[in-house]
Amino acid sequence: MMIEPRQENLVDGATGPWEIILGLEVHAQVTSQSKLFSGASTEFGGEPNAHVSLVDAAMPGMLPVINAECVAQAVRTGLGLNAEINLYSVFDRKNYFYPDLPQGYQISQYKYPIVGEGVVTVDLMKEGYSIEVGIERLHLEQDAGKSLHDQHPDYSFVDLNRSGVALMEIVSRPDMRSAEEAKAYVTKLRTILRYLGTCDGNMEQGSLRADVNVSVRKPGAPLGTRCEIKNVNSIRFIGQAIDYEARRQIGILEDGGKIDQETRLFDPKSGQTRSMRSKEEAHDYRYFPDPDLLPLELAQKDVDALAKALPELPDVKKTRFVEAFGLSVYDAGVLVSDRASADFYEKVAKGRDAKLAANWVTGEFFGALNRLGKDIEDSPVSADALGELIDLISKDVISGRIAKDVFEIMLETGEAPGKIVEERGLKQVTDTGAIEAVVDEIIAANPKQVEQLKTKPKTIGWFVGQVMKSTGGKANPAAVNEILRKKLEIGEE
Amino acid sequence: MSELTGLTLAEARDRLKKKEITAHELTEAHITALEAANTALNAYIVPTPDKALDMAKASDERLGKGKGLPLDGLPLGIKDLYCTEGVRSTACSGILGDFQPVYESTVTQNLWAAGAVMLGKTNMDEFAMGSSNETSAYGSCVNPWRAAGSDKPLVPGGSSGGSASAVAARIALAATASDTGGSIRQPAAFTGTVGLKPTYGRCSRRGMIAFASSLDQAGPITRTVQDAAIMLRHMASYDPKDSTSANRKVPDYEKALSEKVKGLKIGVPKEYRIDGMSAEIDELWERGIGWYKDAGAEIIEISLPHTKYALPAYYIVAPAEASSNLARYDGVRYGARVNGKDIIDMYEETRSHGFGAEVKRRLLIGTYVLSAGYYDAYYIKAQKVRTLIQRDFNEAFGKVDAILTPATPSAAFGVGEKGGDPIEMYLNDIFTVTVNMAGLPGISVPAGRSGDGLPLGLQIIGKAFDEETVLKAGQVIEDAAGRYEAPEAWWLSETAPAKKAKVTSKTKAKTS
Repeated sequence: MMIEPRQENLVDGATGPWEIILGLEVHAQVTSQSKLFSGASTEFGGEPNAHVSLVDAAMPGMLPVINAECVAQAVRTGLGLNAEINLYSVFDRKNYFYPDLPQGYQISQYKYPIVGEGVVTVDLMKEGYSIEVGIERLHLEQDAGKSLHDQHPDYSFVDLNRSGVALMEIVSRPDMRSAEEAKAYVTKLRTILRYLGTCDGNMEQGSLRADVNVSVRKPGAPLGTRCEIKNVNSIRFIGQAIDYEARRQIGILEDGGKIDQETRLFDPKSGQTRSMRSKEEAHDYRYFPDPDLLPLELAQKDVDALAKALPELPDVKKTRFVEAFGLSVYDAGVLVSDRASADFYEKVAKGRDAKLAANWVTGEFFGALNRLGKDIEDSPVSADALGELIDLISKDVISGRIAKDVFEIMLETGEAPGKIVEERGLKQVTDTGAIEAVVDEIIAANPKQVEQLKTKPKTIGWFVGQVMKSTGGKANPAAVNEILRKKLEIGEE
Repeated sequence: MSELTGLTLAEARDRLKKKEITAHELTEAHITALEAANTALNAYIVPTPDKALDMAKASDERLGKGKGLPLDGLPLGIKDLYCTEGVRSTACSGILGDFQPVYESTVTQNLWAAGAVMLGKTNMDEFAMGSSNETSAYGSCVNPWRAAGSDKPLVPGGSSGGSASAVAARIALAATASDTGGSIRQPAAFTGTVGLKPTYGRCSRRGMIAFASSLDQAGPITRTVQDAAIMLRHMASYDPKDSTSANRKVPDYEKALSEKVKGLKIGVPKEYRIDGMSAEIDELWERGIGWYKDAGAEIIEISLPHTKYALPAYYIVAPAEASSNLARYDGVRYGARVNGKDIIDMYEETRSHGFGAEVKRRLLIGTYVLSAGYYDAYYIKAQKVRTLIQRDFNEAFGKVDAILTPATPSAAFGVGEKGGDPIEMYLNDIFTVTVNMAGLPGISVPAGRSGDGLPLGLQIIGKAFDEETVLKAGQVIEDAAGRYEAPEAWWLSETAPAKKAKVTSKTKAKTS
């Protein structure tokens, strides 16, 4: 089935528009205490070679033993990607020589991965549309160590702390058509992984990296030759690499050249990609089933138990927020994009006006966190405190405008809103006598405006403003309106 | 030969228990014998006399308190394939340099936990690749047996040549060995010893330097079937650190030996009557059949139709796994390194100098058969053959309890005699590889002599995890054939010592 490309995704070249075809292989580090086949710690940032077992260093006679928690994490992830779980999977050896690959092979899954086909719904919030990205497979594999070339003038050093850490390679179908779509896909994938707790998604620490397959074609033409950009480690770089690579390929094709299938590297400094190895130089990995490991066989009941214990995932949560709380799809989308935000919001909204809560969380609250550069986990304002503030608004103790001031004070002092309102005398004035006195004063002092009001009733707003100003914003706006209308003899709108 | 070194493992155990002898005496007798023999035999490449005496002392203390362990004070040879903590472990390859593990293999750990004493590391073919012990980086090991009236040095078989030679020459009460295609049973047959290859998964492979992971299995070489039973009980265990080890109880194998074989069904596979098999081997086999009949067993002719494909399939599967298993010997972390101008050059120099010719041959074969475009034609086909071989055995074991075959196509041959054609060497394993391909237990038991007085063995193959029947059936052969006298200790009378083993690799390889 040919899907008509979206016009906004087409890239203009000298010979007309081009369509970009993108598929991603995302490597996600499994959240686990120990490595995929050894008991060594997976902790990030230890002294070099501090987390290395005899197995990780490939000492003679040492054998891998599968870590059951890593398997469970892969299954949870597969379930979270709406994918088929393969009850039978096989670990293979991928053979190649490299100093930071102690065994001389990586243990991976080739023919029989643990997770089969799935699908991820990706929302392009700004652009206002959604796409479905097919998942081809997910398999478990070992990470390699790290070669350090900058420690000594004559030697390279090897750090094996990462050697053997479990990775999930999540392979997508070539279902993305723009850098924005690819970025949104990785963002969504990261959100799902974080909801599941199967990968922390820290791209700076290398917990999540992507190989990006890029090709271009004229709309409707068959698929072009692709290039694979290896190991891109930030969402921003993924976008930059795609934009550069697509332009490069279009340039070559429009000059009458052809694309060589090759592996390329993205250089964040120059924003360019460069050739790493050609198809001819590609390794023959000589995959074969690892004879040290038996095929991995799962029981359906164990998979079912994992499925039952899964947390609510973002898509389901979003639908619930829209349906149960009456939020807009956009607000719900913003709130569920991060599990901590969604949890925070639910706590604030519980037993309160859900829409008002959403406005406060996505508006003032997120704005403040952004400004302070803080995560929700270390926010100076708790969900309970924000809820209390909203209660004060709902009970007409303070106005929305005063609430914003109270919120600022809460950010600074960490004090409870009730206490702030009490101590600083910010309670709304609902005493009509007091408001009447102020209104009389203002009417008396401004005869010109009173005259004007007769022809332009809308200028009553000016009077409201004056009253609020002189009461320090504490007057109840509804009461002010009513008294003004009565005194100035203006009917209800 | 002192009286003490001539004891069987069981006899020595019983006399230690009764305090008729001490572990110290027994160990010292072995060390003395070892020192007198090893120059000629080159059975041990790393003798560990100090360690042996220390272990014997600890045994004597326990025995003295009446708290003796099952193997307390029994001196053993350990094949160099086993990693032993603080003792050089190289699988007789130059590429491991002076590698000293910081860990102990599970099998040897089990033996030490049972009180056994370590005499040293025994010679073997490099990475267990060979059938004559001639591929060892530490030089050939020599068979203590000689043909009648000849002083021509003979090979002890391989790859566990050093273990077999040591046990036959009475310089170990028993020894550990390992069997990937026949490496326990063939040298046992060549040296007049008992060689037991247990079911795949019976013993842990952890700490055994890998050759071919799906075929490698630890087992003992001993002088009697009973000793093999004793050794296996204390080598075998379920090991959570080896995913392929079997989570099954280890039975008391010694107990099984007293069971009757009357009514036991013994299969005789017609396909093992190969072309050009010597009359001598054929007669041996016939004699064995007769012994079982005499013992009241039933002889049933069976067919294992895919036998002829076993050897070629083995020489695809084993090298394929080896090519990957030996990739870790790259000069980066341990063992020998030959520096080069860059990393690729270092790899090439290290591996060119570190590995011997036979290992290189198999690494090349293995790399080739796993390559894109050849994988299906070789590796996958060989795996299919393997499945067919397993099926042959499964069908046969529907009818019989054990299978009787010759252990080897000939008696021991001369050192240097089969150096030219690797295929000729590979044919030594023709009766033994099928057992590894099917993962079954097999035992080689001394059954007679060749025309010129050299040992010959018969093989019993059993069902998976039915070592008890294998041992029980093996006992029938031993009872009928009689135990061998020790070979004449010619090394004590010969003044000129045999050529000293050429030591270590021929390279300037330094350990890193």
